[in-house]
Amino acid sequence: MIPLHQLAPGDDATVAAIHADAALRSRLAALGVRIGQRVRMVRKARFAGPLHIRLGTTDLILRRRQAGQIEVAR
Amino acid sequence: MKRIALVGMPNTGKSTFFNRVTGASARVGNWPGITVDLLATKVLLGADMVEIVDLPGIYDLHGFSGDERLVRQFLEEARVDLVALVLNASQIDRQLGLALQVGRLGLPVVVLLNMADEAKQLGIRIDAAALGAKIGMPALLVAAKYGQGQPEAMAALARALAHAPPPDPQAVRERLAEDHRLEAETAAALAAAVDIPERLPEHLTDRIDRLLLHPWLGLPLFFALMLLVFQGVFTLGKPIQDALTAGFDWFRGAALVPALAGLPEMARGFLLDGVWGGLATVTAFVPLIILFFLFMAVVEDSGYLSRAAFLTDALMAKLGLDGRSFVMMLMGFGCNVPAAMGTRIMRSRALRLLTMMIIPVSLCSARLQVFLFLTAAIVAPAAAPWVIFSLYVMSFVAALVTAVVFKGRLRSDEPFVLELPPYRLPTVRQIALRAWQEVRHFLRRATKFIVGGVILIWLLTNLPAGAAPGSGDTFAGMLGTLFQPVLSPLGIDKELTVALIFGFVAKEVLIGAFAVIYGLEGQALAADLAGRMDWVQAYSFMLFTLIYTPCLSTVATLRAEAQSLRFALASTAWSVALAWVASFAFYQTARYLGF
Repeated sequence: MIPLHQLAPGDDATVAAIHADAALRSRLAALGVRIGQRVRMVRKARFAGPLHIRLGTTDLILRRRQAGQIEVAR
Repeated sequence: MKRIALVGMPNTGKSTFFNRVTGASARVGNWPGITVDLLATKVLLGADMVEIVDLPGIYDLHGFSGDERLVRQFLEEARVDLVALVLNASQIDRQLGLALQVGRLGLPVVVLLNMADEAKQLGIRIDAAALGAKIGMPALLVAAKYGQGQPEAMAALARALAHAPPPDPQAVRERLAEDHRLEAETAAALAAAVDIPERLPEHLTDRIDRLLLHPWLGLPLFFALMLLVFQGVFTLGKPIQDALTAGFDWFRGAALVPALAGLPEMARGFLLDGVWGGLATVTAFVPLIILFFLFMAVVEDSGYLSRAAFLTDALMAKLGLDGRSFVMMLMGFGCNVPAAMGTRIMRSRALRLLTMMIIPVSLCSARLQVFLFLTAAIVAPAAAPWVIFSLYVMSFVAALVTAVVFKGRLRSDEPFVLELPPYRLPTVRQIALRAWQEVRHFLRRATKFIVGGVILIWLLTNLPAGAAPGSGDTFAGMLGTLFQPVLSPLGIDKELTVALIFGFVAKEVLIGAFAVIYGLEGQALAADLAGRMDWVQAYSFMLFTLIYTPCLSTVATLRAEAQSLRFALASTAWSVALAWVASFAFYQTARYLGF
C-alpha cells in the first residue's frame, strides 16, 4: 500500500484506506472516493501542485496533502 | 402554496433546470456549487401556483460543508411538499446514493436525470423507468440545457405533487438524524438498470486537457488566455465607457446646466457635481461589468476555471488562497469591482474574504491613468516605463504581504477537493442571463453607497459656504492640515492630501482634483506639479495612491459581497495602514540615501 500521491501519472490502483477526518471523508465519499474503488492518476501539477485523478466517470483535483491521507494498492 | 425544493449535487445543471422552468435568472456556472443566495420563484404547475426553491448543490445529505448544513436545515424547517432531485446522468453510478438518502426522508421525490445528452455520448444507457421502479421514485431523463424532456418533467412534478401527503417537517427531522447504510442498495439499483461501458471512450475533454493542462505549456497558455480576456474587456469596454462619460458630460452641459440655472450656486453645484456626478460614476462601470461577466461566464461555464485553479494552486496554497483567487486578482488589474464580485465562485467564506482583501491592491486601469500622468510630468522619459513596471511589482508585493498577514485569521477550513467538470459549450442564453444579473446586482447594491459617498466628498470639498472648492478653507482642506503630521513624513503636502480625499471617490477624479486645487489644467498643470515635487515625493505619492484605498465603488462592492460593512471598513483601514508603511519606508530610505 502506498499513499495516493505516490502513484505515477497513468497508473491505476484501488483505494485501500482513507485516513481523513469526518468532514473530508464524507466529501471524498460523495465524490466517489470509497474503499475498493478503482482510481487512476491522470496528471500531477508542477511545483508540488494538486493532483488530477479519475474515479469511474468523475475527474477530481485535490492537493497532495489530502491525497496523502488516502492509501491505495496497485 | 405548495413548495418544491430543487436538490442536487454541484455541477448537475440544477440551476440551468431552474432557469428553464422559471424563466428567471439563477446564476449558472460550471463550477461546483455556484448558487449562493437561495433563489425561489413561483410558477404555474398544472392548475396551481407552486413555489420552486433552488437549494445549493450538495454532495451528501449528511455532509459537513456549509451548504450541506443549509440544505438539511431547509428541509427540516421549511414545509417542503416535494423534492425535485437533479442528478447528472453521466455520473449516475456515484450520484444515485444521494437519491436514496433523499428518498429516506419520507418526502415525495421526482428524480431528474439531467445531462442525458452527455451520458448518451459516453455510451451510458439508462433505463429510467426501470431505475425509477427499483428505487421507488419516478425517474426521467432530461437535458435542461436544451430543454429536452422538460414538459414531461413538469408533468411528472405536477403528478407527484397532486398525490403528495401534507408535509411533516418533524418526520423529516427524525429521519435525517438517523444514519443510513445505502451503498448496497445503490449497487443493486445500478446493476439492475444502468449499463456503463468498462472503459469510457476518450472524451474530447481529455484531448483538450492534454494541451491546456500540459506540464510546461499549461501555465503560459493560462496567462495568454487571461491576457486575452483582459484585453478583450478593456479594448472593447474602454471606448464604451468613454463614450458613456462623454454622453453624460454632454447631457450635463446641454440639459442639466440650463435647467438648473435658476438655482443658487451652492444647490447647483451640489446637484451637478454631487448627485449627478455620483450617478454618472456608477453608470460608467456598467459596460466594464457586462463585458467582464460575458467573458467570465464563458471561462467559468466552459469548465476552464477549475483548470486554472489546478494550474496556479501550487503557489496560491502557500498564501492560504487557491487558484481561483489568482484568477480574480489578475482580473483586479483591470477593475477591482468585477473582480470582487467574481469571488462569488468560492464557497468558503474565509477564502472569499481573503481574496477580497488582496483584490483592492491590484493596480487597476484607473490608477494606471494617474500614474501615467504623474510619471510623464515628473520622471525622465527613459525612467518612466521602469517606474510604471515597479508599481505593478509593488502591487503584487502588497497582495502577497496582505495574504500572508491575514491567512491565519481567514483560514479556509474547506479541503481542496474539487470536481473537474468536462468542457462544455455555454449557451448564449446562459451567458446573457449571467451578465444581466451581475449588472442588476451591482446597480441595486452599490448605487446608494457610491452616490452617498460622492455627495459626502462633494460636501467636504465645497463647504463651508464661501470657501473656494478644494481650497484650504474647505473641510477637506482642514482635514489636509489635520493629517499633515501623519503625511508629511511621506513627502505628501497639504494640497496632495486634499487630492487623496478626492481620489477616494475614483482614481480618475484625482487628476481632475489637481486641476481644481491648483487652478491649472493639462500641460500647465504638469509643469506646475514638476516644480512642486521631485521624483522621490512623486513616487511616494504614487505608492500611497496605489495602496491607500481602492475607489468608493470597490469599497461598496466589498461591503455588498461580504455583506458586512465591518469587513469593508477593515479592508480599507488595512490598505491605508499598509500604504502609509510602504510610502514611509520608501520616502525616508530614499531621503536617507541622499536622493
